[in-house]
Parts: sequence; C-alpha cells; structure tokens
Amino acid sequence: MDDGRRKSEKSRFDPLRKAPFRLDPIFRRKAEWLVTLPTFLWLTLFVAVPTLLVFVIAFRPANPYGGIGAGWTLDNVRALATPATLAIAWRTLWISLLTTAISLLLSIPAGYTIARASERWRNRLLMLVIVPFWTSFLVRVFAWRSLLHPEGPVKRVLEALGLVGPDATLLYNPAAVVLVMVYTFLPFTILPIYAAAEKFDFRLTEAARDLGARPFQAFRKVFLPGIRRGLLTAVLVVLIPSLGSYIIPDLVGGPGGEMLGNKIAQRVFTDRNLPLAAALSAVLVLAVLAPLAGVLVLQRKSKKADIIMGEAP
Amino acid sequence: MRRSRFPVVVTALVMAFFYLPIFILVANSFNPARFSSRWQGFSLVWYRRLFESPEIWAALKNTLLIAVSVTAVSVVLGTAAAYALHRYGQSRLQRVHYTLIYQPLVVPEILMGISLLMAFVAAGVPLGLFTVFLAHVTFCVSFVAMTVLGRLQDFDFSIVEAARDLGASPWQSARKVLIPALMPGIVAGALLAFTLSIDDFVITFFVAGPGSTTLPLRIYSMIKYGAPPMINALSTLLLAVTFTAVVASQRLARAKR
Repeated sequence: MDDGRRKSEKSRFDPLRKAPFRLDPIFRRKAEWLVTLPTFLWLTLFVAVPTLLVFVIAFRPANPYGGIGAGWTLDNVRALATPATLAIAWRTLWISLLTTAISLLLSIPAGYTIARASERWRNRLLMLVIVPFWTSFLVRVFAWRSLLHPEGPVKRVLEALGLVGPDATLLYNPAAVVLVMVYTFLPFTILPIYAAAEKFDFRLTEAARDLGARPFQAFRKVFLPGIRRGLLTAVLVVLIPSLGSYIIPDLVGGPGGEMLGNKIAQRVFTDRNLPLAAALSAVLVLAVLAPLAGVLVLQRKSKKADIIMGEAP
Repeated sequence: MRRSRFPVVVTALVMAFFYLPIFILVANSFNPARFSSRWQGFSLVWYRRLFESPEIWAALKNTLLIAVSVTAVSVVLGTAAAYALHRYGQSRLQRVHYTLIYQPLVVPEILMGISLLMAFVAAGVPLGLFTVFLAHVTFCVSFVAMTVLGRLQDFDFSIVEAARDLGASPWQSARKVLIPALMPGIVAGALLAFTLSIDDFVITFFVAGPGSTTLPLRIYSMIKYGAPPMINALSTLLLAVTFTAVVASQRLARAKR
C-alpha cells in the first residue's frame, strides 16, 4: 500500500514519464503476449494437439496392451464401413435431428412467452429455466430413469389410462433417449430463443396483423425470421451435444438405443482398442463440424458470431 | 389485439416437464421404501446411509479437491484470456486465441474426453487426479473467459486511463481499478467453473484413473449397478447446493449493473 503510494507520487512529478496507453508498439506486443500466452499454450496443448492426435491415432494399429502400436494401417477406417457401424451412425443422426426438432418446437413458444411476460414474471420464469440448466446432468437423467422404470409412476399412470399394457417397457428404447435428451437440452434452447425474442420489436408483428396477416402468418413470416439468430444458436446447442451423446443412451437407451458415443466408449473401455475408438471419434468430429460450419456461415451473414455465452445470461 | 393462449399453455407444460421429475426425486429421497413406488411415510434413512458410506466421503473429497484447484487456476487463466481478447481483439493472434477458447464450448464432451485420453496415453502420463485436474481446467477456462468477457464489454476503459493519468502504474491500475470492477464477472465465472467441475461426468470418466473416483463417477456406478435409493438422497443434496449457487450467482450478476 504505502510502497505503491510513494511510487505513484514520485511518478506524478516525473516529466519523462510516458503517456499512459500510448505505449510503444513493442511494449504493447509484449503485454499482449503476456496475457495471451498462458491460455494459448494450455489450450493448444490440451485441445488442439489432442484433437489432431485423434486423426493420427485412427491410422495406427492397436497393441495387445490397450495402447497404440507402431506403424500405420487403414484397418480402423475400413472397420467403419461395416453395416453395424453405419446403422449406429444413422440412428445417431435421426435421434439427434428429432431431438433438435422437438426442442425447438417447445422452446419457441416458451421463449416467446418469457420475452412477452411482465418483468416480474420474466425473472421468475428465467430462474425456473436456469435452475435445471445448472442442475447435475446425471441427476436429471437418473430422475427419468426412475420415472420410466417398470415400477415407476409414469408406467402406472399410463396403465391406469389404458394407454399401455402391463408388459410395456418405457425404458431402453430410442424413444426414451429422445425424451430424456429433449428434457436435458431444453433449457439450452429456450435461453437463446428468449434472448433473441427479447430484442425483437413486437410492433412488427402488430403491424403485420394490422395489414391483414392472420396470427400464424405474422408469427411465421415476421417473428420467426426476426429471431433467426437465436434459432440458429438453439439448433447448435442441441444438435452438437446430441450427436455426441453418451450417458443418456447408456442409461435409458439399452442396446436398441445405442449411439456413436456408446460405441466409442465400448472401444475404449470394453475392447481397449484406442485406434478403433479414434476412427469413430474422427467420424464424430466431422459430423459435428458440418452443422457448426453451416451455422457459422449463416451467422456471419447476419452480424458477428457469438454463439453460446454471448446470448446466455 | 387478443394474444393467442397457446404459447402460455406450452410454457406451463414445459415448466411442469422440467420440475415434475425433480419433485418426485426429492420426495422419494424421504421415502423409506426400497422400490420407491409407494409412499411409506417420511424418513431420513437414505440420508443416514449416505453419511455412513466411506466411498461417498472419499469421492466427495476428490471432487472438492479437484473443484477448488480447478477453480483457482481457471479463474486466473480465464480472466487474463478475457482481458487479452477484449483489449487486443483485432489482432490475428487474438482471432486464433478466440477460436481455441471457443472450441471447448462447442465440442461434445465425449470428444474432449477421448482426445485428452489419447494425448495422455501417447505422452505416457499416468491417469489419476492430476489428469482429471488438467482436463477440468481445459474446459473451465473457456467458460470463465466468456463470463468475464461479458463483463468487460460493459466496462469503461477510460477509468483505467484516468488512473494511469493520475500516476498509477499498470499493475496498480489493474489491481485497484480494473479487477474490482470486473469482480462480479470473475466471481460468476468462478461459480460456473466450480459447478462444472463438480458436475462433470463424461470427460472425467475418460481421464480418471484408479483412486481418482469423483462424486459423479460414484453416482454413475450407483445408477448403473444396482441403484439403492441412496442416489435420491445424494441428488437432493446436490440440487440444494446447485440451487444455492444459482441464486447467489444471479444476485451477483444483478449487483452493480
């Protein structure tokens, strides 16, 4: 404290002191590197290099000890073209697309309602969306596992209503995977749609109504294009993690609901074959890059791209 | 003009959909029945079992050890990164930097887990608490950086310039002006990092080794292999912790805006 004050007093009377922030370019450059280098190195070492490594290891043979052998091979890539792998890839794709579609269908009315609510209700509703957003992912999946359990409440209600027979199984099928994925990703899609709807000027839809548009027309032709950026963000935040899902199909999907993520984990933990796992992961990387690149291009067209955190509160 | 009731109805259903499973889970944690299908009165038996389980305490210890150290490191790295991105945003270096920071936010967790596992195996690093720590810092840094960046965008840098004009050294102006102004963002980022670290399952699952079982790993094996209703009790406690953290971070986010 004292030391600092003395120094600043001294510098106040120093006529040779350089003007603040008009630093010479070399100093500026040095300062930039100083604050950039730590994360830059860390993320290069633990994100960029490992991602590239996946593509390298996909072309290496496995060794019998669960490690990576010497030399190069195309066997892992060839193993991808089997009907079983293709079937899993196809299922991963449709489950993810269906999850995205259902999440959007539910999030658009919810985001709209929150944006149009009075300030008091808006804060309450936002809080209600944010709490599940922060809640342990495993806990939420587990809650559904016990709900859908053969002895669980959902089954009993459906049976009492005569909708399912006594031997119907609600767990361990692709439908259960979609249900739980929608449940987990819904907060992530509501938030960006709400953020876009909140900035939307609702006088535009009113004008459309005044000019004779029916409510649904005004919604589809004025409101939806107006929140386009929020919709794109919502698609990304649900589609990408869906494609990489692992816990949900593992806990509620059963063998009929397995996805690419499960296959990757099986190669790692059951077969202990890292190169095969790497080949599957490489496919997943490419599958994730496609929608990401698409949305980034679309977003660049409309202003700068701030995808996840830019719009979440 | 009359508004359609349809969106309000959907929103109400979505909220019910969000909270019904959670309510049932919390209720079941107080239900002594082993197969929680019938309500058999209020009981704390599962909580007592939970507190008597040595595995849970060991897992909790690992989880907190990792979460605290991860939060400390990622707050420092993330805040510096956010400052760099904001102050030098136009340079080519920062564009690459931004892409690097952005990647953990969009890459599915399983890909991060598997790529880190491969890097550790290739480099011969033994799996354990240390590899879990490295992996957690890697994704927490990005979340902290983005949270602090949000705060920086509202910050008026002329205050720092004023401090410099009045004779403060760069370090003094950072410590006495910039960092206090960013504090709500930094604390919010720290809370986020702490929660993410405590909660992470997928990445931890790939890079954990013997003796580094965390709470989510323990919960997973309890769910997967014979789930005693103890998980309901544990989940309820976790929910209480999360709920407190959310309320606290919301208060902070609103403070001094």
